[in-house]
Amino acid sequence: MEFQSIGNDVIRKDAWEKVTGRALYNADISSPGLLHGVLVTSTCAHGNIKSIHLQGARMMAGVKAILTGDSYPDLTGSVLEDRPPLAKGKVRYYGEPVALVIARSEFEACAAAARIKIEYEKLPTVNSPREAIKSESPLVHDQLGSYKKVIPEVYPVQNTNICHQIKIRKGDINKGWNEAEVIVEGSFSLPSSDHIAMEPHNAKAEILPDGQIIVDTSSQSPFAVRKLISQHFKVDLGKVVVRVPLVGGGYGGKASTNLEYLAVMASKAVGGQPVLIKNSREQDIASAPGKLALEATVKLGARKDGKLVAGEYTFLVGTGAYADTGPRMTSAMAMSCTGPYRLENVWCDAYCIYTNHTFATSFRGFGHSSMTFAVERMMDKLAAALHMNPLELRRINAIQSGDTTPTQVRLTPSILGYLPGCIEKIQKLINWEEGNRIDMGNNRIKAKGIACFWKTSSSPTDAFAAAIVSFNSDGSANLQVGAVEIGPSTRTTLAQILAERLRMDIDRIYVQMEVDTRTSPHDWKTVASMSTFLVGRAVLTAANDAIGQLINLGAMALKCSPEDLDFQHERVYLKENPEFYVEYKDIVHGFKYPNGNTVGRQIIGRGSYIMPHLTAMDQETGKGQPGPFLTPGVQAVEVELNTADYTYRIIKAATVLDAGKVINPKSAKGLVMGAMGMGLGLGSREAFLWSADQELQNTSLRTYKVIRIGEQPEYLVDWVETPNVNGPYGSRGLAEHGIIGIHAALVNALSLAAGVELDQVPVTPELIWKKLREAQNDSL
Amino acid sequence: MIPFDFEYYRPQSITNAADIFQTLEESGKNPVFYAGGTEIISMARMSSITTGAVIDVKEIPELKAMEFNGDDLVIGAGVTLTQIHEANLFPLLAQACARVADHTIQNKITLGGNLCGTIIYREAVLPLLLTNAYLVIASVKNARRVPINEVFSKRMQLNRGELLVQVHIPRNYVSCPYVHVKRTKEDKIHYPLLTVCALLTDNQVRAAFSGLVNFPFRSVEMEEALNDINLTLEQRVEQALNKLPAAVPDNLEGSAGYRTFILKHLLTSIVNELETGNVTNS
Amino acid sequence: MLQILNESLIELHINGEIRKALARPSDTLLFFLRERLGLTGAKPGCENGDCGACTVLVDGWPVKSCLMLAAEAIGHEVTTIEGLDKVPIQQAFVDKFAFQCGYCTPGFIMNCQGLINIHPDASDEVIHEWLQSNICRCTSYQEIMEAIRSVLPSQ
Repeated sequence: MEFQSIGNDVIRKDAWEKVTGRALYNADISSPGLLHGVLVTSTCAHGNIKSIHLQGARMMAGVKAILTGDSYPDLTGSVLEDRPPLAKGKVRYYGEPVALVIARSEFEACAAAARIKIEYEKLPTVNSPREAIKSESPLVHDQLGSYKKVIPEVYPVQNTNICHQIKIRKGDINKGWNEAEVIVEGSFSLPSSDHIAMEPHNAKAEILPDGQIIVDTSSQSPFAVRKLISQHFKVDLGKVVVRVPLVGGGYGGKASTNLEYLAVMASKAVGGQPVLIKNSREQDIASAPGKLALEATVKLGARKDGKLVAGEYTFLVGTGAYADTGPRMTSAMAMSCTGPYRLENVWCDAYCIYTNHTFATSFRGFGHSSMTFAVERMMDKLAAALHMNPLELRRINAIQSGDTTPTQVRLTPSILGYLPGCIEKIQKLINWEEGNRIDMGNNRIKAKGIACFWKTSSSPTDAFAAAIVSFNSDGSANLQVGAVEIGPSTRTTLAQILAERLRMDIDRIYVQMEVDTRTSPHDWKTVASMSTFLVGRAVLTAANDAIGQLINLGAMALKCSPEDLDFQHERVYLKENPEFYVEYKDIVHGFKYPNGNTVGRQIIGRGSYIMPHLTAMDQETGKGQPGPFLTPGVQAVEVELNTADYTYRIIKAATVLDAGKVINPKSAKGLVMGAMGMGLGLGSREAFLWSADQELQNTSLRTYKVIRIGEQPEYLVDWVETPNVNGPYGSRGLAEHGIIGIHAALVNALSLAAGVELDQVPVTPELIWKKLREAQNDSL
Repeated sequence: MIPFDFEYYRPQSITNAADIFQTLEESGKNPVFYAGGTEIISMARMSSITTGAVIDVKEIPELKAMEFNGDDLVIGAGVTLTQIHEANLFPLLAQACARVADHTIQNKITLGGNLCGTIIYREAVLPLLLTNAYLVIASVKNARRVPINEVFSKRMQLNRGELLVQVHIPRNYVSCPYVHVKRTKEDKIHYPLLTVCALLTDNQVRAAFSGLVNFPFRSVEMEEALNDINLTLEQRVEQALNKLPAAVPDNLEGSAGYRTFILKHLLTSIVNELETGNVTNS
Repeated sequence: MLQILNESLIELHINGEIRKALARPSDTLLFFLRERLGLTGAKPGCENGDCGACTVLVDGWPVKSCLMLAAEAIGHEVTTIEGLDKVPIQQAFVDKFAFQCGYCTPGFIMNCQGLINIHPDASDEVIHEWLQSNICRCTSYQEIMEAIRSVLPSQ
């Protein structure tokens, strides 16, 4: 099949806006009379609020209102309603919003916020998931049993810190252990950390005199925000309008609804005037939700030939002080627990656990990056125990069509893609054959590590999207969708799909970058690397709808039957003689005969899509269909370790994944490389650091470290393209996948280079030094 | 956003600056001298400092000087770290300046600001300690030229209203063989786990440290140990480690144990490099 | 002696024009550009000098406008992203796909532009040294390196 747009490196539609500073993000847009809200956040990780002294602040110039937890009755949450927008009675994490000052200017709000004094009575803290499940642990939520479930598939355990648990029971685990000739077990820990979107969270709300609520926000989920605001403020859904311009990075962190509640509360408190709340970077790190923590134990059993026969997985997922999407991510980790390997006997217990840390929300990989670290480190340990090449072990166990997932979905090439093809490609790409550990002399060791991954959507079973195609009187087309442009060039990719289907030049397709819930087609969320698939399908349907109308009207114009016609380059023409044609521009708003009679009507293509055949996971066995297809892949990292001081350089990082069909190679490669970069950050430096009292110590970008230019390795990306028959032009989701296995590959390489088992991240030079010293002491 | 108001003054002369400081001090404004201002702005935003007036001194001619004058290299306190790095009149100082914060901030941070700041590292002081530099300090009463050791002990010990005007570095040191090494927890742009500046003069190694303990320092006792030719290099380093002026801290940058491990490793290679003349400078 | 005692009208040279607006002496240049002049190309990412999203040129040198007072800029030439008119580095960022969400992009481009003007002979090492002042969270930096290399005459 010859493509016109698909497969091309089309320049992003928002490119020139973005390189000229003209691109507008939410906080760039000012409105007359805008008031400013500034949060006062908790300096205590777990404590009763004894008093809040507001008098000094109330007296300050420009202050319009000050809100505290008493100002609003509801608890909020997208899975379990456990979180007050402002702390009520007690605080559960350092950085939790306690008060909100609304003032005429940002300066006056900041000045007043600095005057508010809050006294706490400290309570014992819950410091880690493992501690949290001990029977003597303090409770983060003593009213857990009374919280309202928003979705049925969340299973909190009353009088514990467990807000959700899920099981996978597949095959016969005891049979598996009996068959196993080699058994290995390991424990792993990954800290919580932050998304660090460059645009901090911010939201603005205004309540019009007729009760309409207008929310302007930097969000990945405008339609979810609208629904929640409507519910919690008891306003008809149609009266809530949520608008989202370009978003300065999300990575999952802007998928949950947080500041939007506060902005609406704030506007309510000042008679509906518009109020903008912007997080400072410190608040964005400490207060806004971050990435989950994980403590995992994995036990694998294999035959001597390396074939896996049993896998047992325990995931203690630290969701911090509130559930948010933690339970969903816990289920997602369980459903993918084996990694992309053929395993008939699977036993997994996954728990989502409260601690007194910043609460977690979705983060690139939706739990998979943490889970995959444990699984892929374990695969390397198994390879060592079997004296097998780590790549070979993965190759012989790679899951293939006909096999089943842990949730017992039978796989086809379309659903699964082809992992062995990915492994074969990466082997060459990273030059695996030269050896995975080479002593270079001069205290330098070069080593390579590898890790496989897979991921599906883990979406609600009714995830949906829609698209509208309209035309301009010059024949060009407009595409409207509800997916947010958070960075991945989604809207350009969708325009390519539309251009391809309409057989038009991509430059003749116009895409609006902003979302407005009142005019943009209803959309689930811009998450899970699903927009190209989900919205793309809706775009195709809308295009087909438009084409049908174009052909029918073309038939009237050309006085023939629709079957005689075809279309291309903004023309509907006679198949037998393309010289007889009518141009789109002459039919898109109806066709006018020479005598003035006009037929037809404006052509508007409508399309929508709902994910079919998805089912929720069974509580006892995990059985269910959690997504429409999988994206599998493999990653590798090459490092050079200095054995004199344990500093290391990451030389190369590679990903090969089954993309189904790559729609925009340069964009796709950029997404995967960027995600790899973030994953290497998680592997090497990113982590929340807590004091003994569980106060977050690294709340600025001076102390919370991310990779900077010059520290990046050479990135290598390649694709396998096994068509996903349901995907637009065969494509699978891809974006976050670059992050999933990369820190596992990094740490596999570092463990091999250093000759010591590194079972946690981030791996700093000091950690390697410490682990080697511990190993030396043990051997003495 | 800085959550309080202050007044802004930009005097054109030292006298002008000293006078306005005194006037503002007397009127209870709690003024601060302001040069690059990077630390003042970031601390004021967090309300870690408050002031009623900032006196921006960086455009006073004496504070902008950078030239050889007689036996000294004269560098004004208002010269930015980038200007020092780009001019490269004293390579060791140039290198130390090029590793403070990041390059863009180096365009703003001044030498005086780095020396007088509250952040504990003050890495630009290390080359000055090694070269017995002099500081020119002005106040409403007088101007004085004093050896750095008399004013810098853990931090600058200036009286209220005193303004650091210039640094005078004896010219004979600027071309000594030297080593500058900055080690961080991991990232290049980070506070030091350990920064070492060392130079060789009269066949003696001098070394100064930042990040090792909670203040930057040069230790004559450590240098004596390092220069004790009766001992092996390993013994000299061990001896030097026994003479640290304070306990090595555990902090976010690293544990005391790891810092000491790195220190030992670095000292060994630095002394070896300087003594063999095989300087690599990482 | 220049002195500003309270919120007053100040005059800055920005993008070749004289711009007057009210400023408090403790207002940062970033705040002044965005909130007083509507020049929102410079972005607040940390307001602590750590991320570089607010980088502008002052007398040709990149400066983090969150760590500079508006008052300090009096008498100096300020260039913001709005002052660049389709210069080669902007085209290079477009061609090399050197951004995704775009939030850090104006800061990166201003730093690149300063480097191109001051050190057109920059090596990779110098590029790294300069651009390490900025954080991009979407790209891998490889694309940004390709963009700047493509416009430096030395490369």
